[in-house]
Amino acid sequence: MANVTLDTVDKFYGKHQAVHGISLDIADQEFVVLVGPSGCGKSTTLRMIAGLEDISGGTISIGDRVVNDLPPRERNISMVFQNYALYPHMTVGENLGFSLKIAKMPDAEIASAVNEAAQILGLDELIDRKPAELSGGQRQRVAMGRAIVRHPEVFLFDEPLSNLDAKLRTQMRVEIKKLHKKVASTIIYVTHDQVEAMTLADRIVLMRDGHIVQVGTPLELFNKPVDVFVATFIGSPPMNILDGVVRGDQIQLTDDLAIKIPSDARGLVQDGQAIKFGFRADNLTPKGHGVSDEGEIATIDLEVSLAEPLGTETLLFAEIGGVEVQAKMLNPRSVKPGETLSFQLMLDKCHIFDADTGAAIRG
Amino acid sequence: MTRRRLPEWFLLLLPAIIVIAAVVLIPLIFSFYSSFTPYKLTRPSTLWKWVGTYNYEKILSDVKFWAAFGRTILFLTIALNLELMLGLGIALLVNKVTWGQRGIRTMLMFPMMFSPILVGFQFKFIFNDNIGLVNNIIQSVGFADVALPWLVDGKLAMFSILFAEIWMSTSVFAILILAGLFAIPRDPLEAAKVDGCTPWQSFRHITLPFLMPFIFIAMTIRSLDVARAYDIVQIMTGGGPARRTELLWTLMSRTGYVDARMGLANAMGYVSILLSILFTIYFFHKLSAARAELGMTG
Ligand SMILES: Nc1ncnc2c1ncn2[C@@H]1O[C@H](COP(=O)(O)OP(=O)(O)OP(=O)(O)O)[C@@H](O)[C@H]1O
Ligand SMILES: [Mg+2]
Repeated sequence: MANVTLDTVDKFYGKHQAVHGISLDIADQEFVVLVGPSGCGKSTTLRMIAGLEDISGGTISIGDRVVNDLPPRERNISMVFQNYALYPHMTVGENLGFSLKIAKMPDAEIASAVNEAAQILGLDELIDRKPAELSGGQRQRVAMGRAIVRHPEVFLFDEPLSNLDAKLRTQMRVEIKKLHKKVASTIIYVTHDQVEAMTLADRIVLMRDGHIVQVGTPLELFNKPVDVFVATFIGSPPMNILDGVVRGDQIQLTDDLAIKIPSDARGLVQDGQAIKFGFRADNLTPKGHGVSDEGEIATIDLEVSLAEPLGTETLLFAEIGGVEVQAKMLNPRSVKPGETLSFQLMLDKCHIFDADTGAAIRG
Repeated sequence: MTRRRLPEWFLLLLPAIIVIAAVVLIPLIFSFYSSFTPYKLTRPSTLWKWVGTYNYEKILSDVKFWAAFGRTILFLTIALNLELMLGLGIALLVNKVTWGQRGIRTMLMFPMMFSPILVGFQFKFIFNDNIGLVNNIIQSVGFADVALPWLVDGKLAMFSILFAEIWMSTSVFAILILAGLFAIPRDPLEAAKVDGCTPWQSFRHITLPFLMPFIFIAMTIRSLDVARAYDIVQIMTGGGPARRTELLWTLMSRTGYVDARMGLANAMGYVSILLSILFTIYFFHKLSAARAELGMTG
């Protein structure tokens, strides 16, 4: 059993506070992804769990043990580093078996454990090479192999795919997911790429400036962002955000565009309140090129300024009140810049945020 | 009529060639040639008498030469090893220091700034049996009431010289190893911690292999310039008393300049150069191996 618990954990670097009292419960065998913009404290948090960084305040427990004062070797964790951190003077096989050798495991057992890991990750043929003779993807796999040979209770990944090209990244993502099924350990995975977070995580922890902003399943974060930051960080393309003012049961977006307040926010806003109005490109579609016509729909005529065909869909760019918004066209036909189309906005899928705090207003 | 002109590259290289010839090549050839003659500084005409390998045969059957030869190897081995251990220790300590490290690094260089001759005089005074610092301290603390003959007793004199040599040159190791410590990437060390290493195991399996190239660079440099110890030995004991601290260098200079038997001294020189070359090749070889081990090329 290796659940990981963070209880109001702080990290100070001198006077600078990098992590502000974060609390988090991670269940045994859960795949949790820490995601957030650069410098938000993801690595710092992970390194405190690993024991590579002192904990300035609060407690971290792995299993039932408080590990604050334990060195990394007593925490039963493995870590995969962003730039792999392989031992350059050891062969792939020695890299894989190093932790077992340190643990004084008999040679025969080390050999079989190394072989097993090499097999899982397809490293059999490379076993006698030095890291300098490997490609980036191969090094990446050695780093993962080194982590799995020990069957630790918790795996820590710090942006393990950020040095790989896009195609390899997609491929390794699948492998990591498979690996999680196979090893059945707790995984804490750091990335700044929301696509990686969405595809890998059981639960996502979204951080900003050393605080946790939202914790939830990928779909919870996607469908019910707690604020504008989450809404624009999760999902691609990012959510469109417009300024608006409540007028009766409508939201005035521009002088000549007013839209009905989405049903789940009705009664929570007052007349004259300034708000931010958010919707995803998927929910603004040209008539006849959307998913369905169910639910409440607002119709808006917009002039398309740019079309980006992606094959199965086309991204359309237009302006509402001087703010650029993106729309999606399914079953696309070719669209010329300057063409005016009639768009349908699915009101049930729209979000309203407080203009000052950015917090979501939702029933 | 066309005059044949020297190729341009040769003309451009000519100044360098002349300088190298004057400074290195001619003395080299001259000394090598004279090692086959009974050349005595006091009788220049002996330079023209060819005696073949007589000098070499004489050296190789000379007990005094072999004694000095063995003592030199012993001296080198002890000095280099102790300097390495001490230098490594100092470098590791300095690397841990977080405050005032620059100052300490500068202070480390101090012994290297002194002329070896000064160092020799300094230690000659420190180890002097009557007025020396060491004996004064020993006697006033009460460890012994007789004056220890630091520079007279064979073993003690050897120790004193080694002490001076190590004092002067340990910082070469310390500084090169410190440079190595600074160059070690942090990641493999952190990976080792997570992989279960104790601090000692991290040092043994990660830090040390990374330091090996630096250690061998220091060894190569030191095995080349350890001949500087001539100054220290010459000043402190002059190879004496009664040849008890005679090293190759003092033996050579005595033969060449005191006995004026330059031909013989040069022959000794060539035999000991061989020693030097062997040490250097050995360490250089180890250096390349250590670099290859870390996946560095070239
Ligand atoms: N050793 C350190 N000394 C001082 N400040 C540090 C140190 N390490 C990190 N910080 C600061 O702590 C904050 C969080 O850094 P951290 O490395 O955790 O960010 P991150 O979320 O991992 O970002 P990235 O995605 O760029 O890796 C940053 O503001 C950073 O400047
Ligand atoms: Mg980071």
